[in-house]
Amino acid sequence: MPRGFVRTTALGYLLIVLVGPLSMLFWRVYAEGLGKAWTALSDPDTVHAFKVTVILAGIAVPLNTIFGVICGLAIVRKRFPGKGIVNAFVDLPLALSPVVVGLALYLLYGRTGWFGPWFTSHHIQILFSLPAMLLATVFVSVPFVAREVVPTLREIGDEQEQAARTLGASGWQTFWRVTLPSIRWAVIYGVVLTTARCLGEYGAVAVVSGMIQGRTETATLRVQEEYENLNQAGAYGISLALAGIAIVVLVLMTVLRPKEAAA
Amino acid sequence: MSISVQHVTKRFGDFVALDDVSLEVASGSLTALLGPSGSGKSTLLRVIAGLERGDSGTVGIADEDMTGRSPQDRGVGFVFQHYAAFKHMTVHDNIAFGLKIRKQSRAAIDKRVNELLALVQLEGLAKRYPAQLSGGQRQRMGLARALAVDPKVLLLDEPFGALDARVRTELRAWLRRLHDETHTTTVIVTHDQEEALEVADEVVVMNRGHIEQIAPPRELYDHPANEFVMSFVGSANRFGDGWVRPHDVEVTLDPGEETREALVQRVVHVGFEVRAELVRDDGVALNVQLGRDEAERLELAEGQIVWVRPTRETVFATQSG
Repeated sequence: MPRGFVRTTALGYLLIVLVGPLSMLFWRVYAEGLGKAWTALSDPDTVHAFKVTVILAGIAVPLNTIFGVICGLAIVRKRFPGKGIVNAFVDLPLALSPVVVGLALYLLYGRTGWFGPWFTSHHIQILFSLPAMLLATVFVSVPFVAREVVPTLREIGDEQEQAARTLGASGWQTFWRVTLPSIRWAVIYGVVLTTARCLGEYGAVAVVSGMIQGRTETATLRVQEEYENLNQAGAYGISLALAGIAIVVLVLMTVLRPKEAAA
Repeated sequence: MSISVQHVTKRFGDFVALDDVSLEVASGSLTALLGPSGSGKSTLLRVIAGLERGDSGTVGIADEDMTGRSPQDRGVGFVFQHYAAFKHMTVHDNIAFGLKIRKQSRAAIDKRVNELLALVQLEGLAKRYPAQLSGGQRQRMGLARALAVDPKVLLLDEPFGALDARVRTELRAWLRRLHDETHTTTVIVTHDQEEALEVADEVVVMNRGHIEQIAPPRELYDHPANEFVMSFVGSANRFGDGWVRPHDVEVTLDPGEETREALVQRVVHVGFEVRAELVRDDGVALNVQLGRDEAERLELAEGQIVWVRPTRETVFATQSG
């Protein structure tokens, strides 16, 4: 290959595919006027939409982090019947279209679904409210922590854990003092990916939320709403805010990550 | 403190790693478990440590039954072939691990860690991470970590197997000196017969999940119990019904009583020692070991015809090795 081919191709590809659209977003916000964008962002419905997004991510991310680490440990360290099924199911949300996930939840908790009638008779609202949106968000963001943790656990092996046991550590002490610190970067990276997925989820949440303004709208759903209502400045403003969050998270990751772990 | 293994059997699927093995290790001794890979020696060590559970049989340490206990309650120090260093901790924290688990005071921990750093000659490296150490240094850290908790017994699983030959020899001698100072009952697993003979008081030769012989190094070499031990510990030539060590073959230029004709195929000089590969007139291959002076006197060279006679032959009662 000619000199610089790899570097040029990689950079060029990223520029066209990623940086181009993002720059356009910045440019349009600027062109439409920063004032308009700010007005859209400070709209009570938009503020509420960001709150909903934060609540959903705030519950789904810790839940899937704990579950992801447990799943990773089960897949790598334990032998049990049905392990192959666990391994395959963890990946299911990656293969399944989010709209299908939304529809499945809709059917399950709807009037004729398995769980729907029970909740209705106990006056618990699932569909078109936060619980269903949370279920959808949790579903689509299941794989990321487990997928990051599994290869790292395989790579470090279990000798360090055995050493800890012979030195008198209990199972819990071994986990907190040896296993978790060894996989911490995989966990953190998984958390970042999970967070990104939670912030960005559209399809699954859209189907079960009913997209009621000021009530069951997430920031991502709000972008679509504003765009359809021809409030383009608002749509761009919210998009930019979401992109800004993503960039801040990535920069923090890069700064915090120690050099030895990057190698 | 003593170790007592009684009738331990361990299977991995269809593979029988340990087949009704019993072993007594005397308090304060340094015992080597020697055998080819797959002989069950590492499994036996891991069963003693509680890292594997035997399917049947019992394990006792210091006259206490440990069979059902988890490794954390057995009070053993274990050293791994690939170090098993805690990569995210400094040398100091690695060594202090067991003491912190035992909730000792900070001052007591620091004192003990400093003693151990001196013992394993790693002073000044306390703040380094394992990745910044050489293999030999990492293994000495592993030893210090295992010794920190004053284990009842010290178990080493091929501890020098991943190191280069020179460091291995150094650490071997150093381990022997360490044992002479501390007298901690020590069991070392190795596939290297030279290591076992050099370092141990007592050698346990294992093969296919069985113990073939338990003896001090010299007795093992001079009086092997069977053909397996004869051929595995030191090299040996088959000579008719018996076995002969390469240095127990007399080579002469003229035929004599009980001599046989042989052709020199290859001569290798290893320092002061000369090794020759011969083929006897009946087609049997023979390895011979001579002093350099003797080889020069014979003017030993490839293609030469010599006469050989075993000076010391071992014949085992008929049994399959």
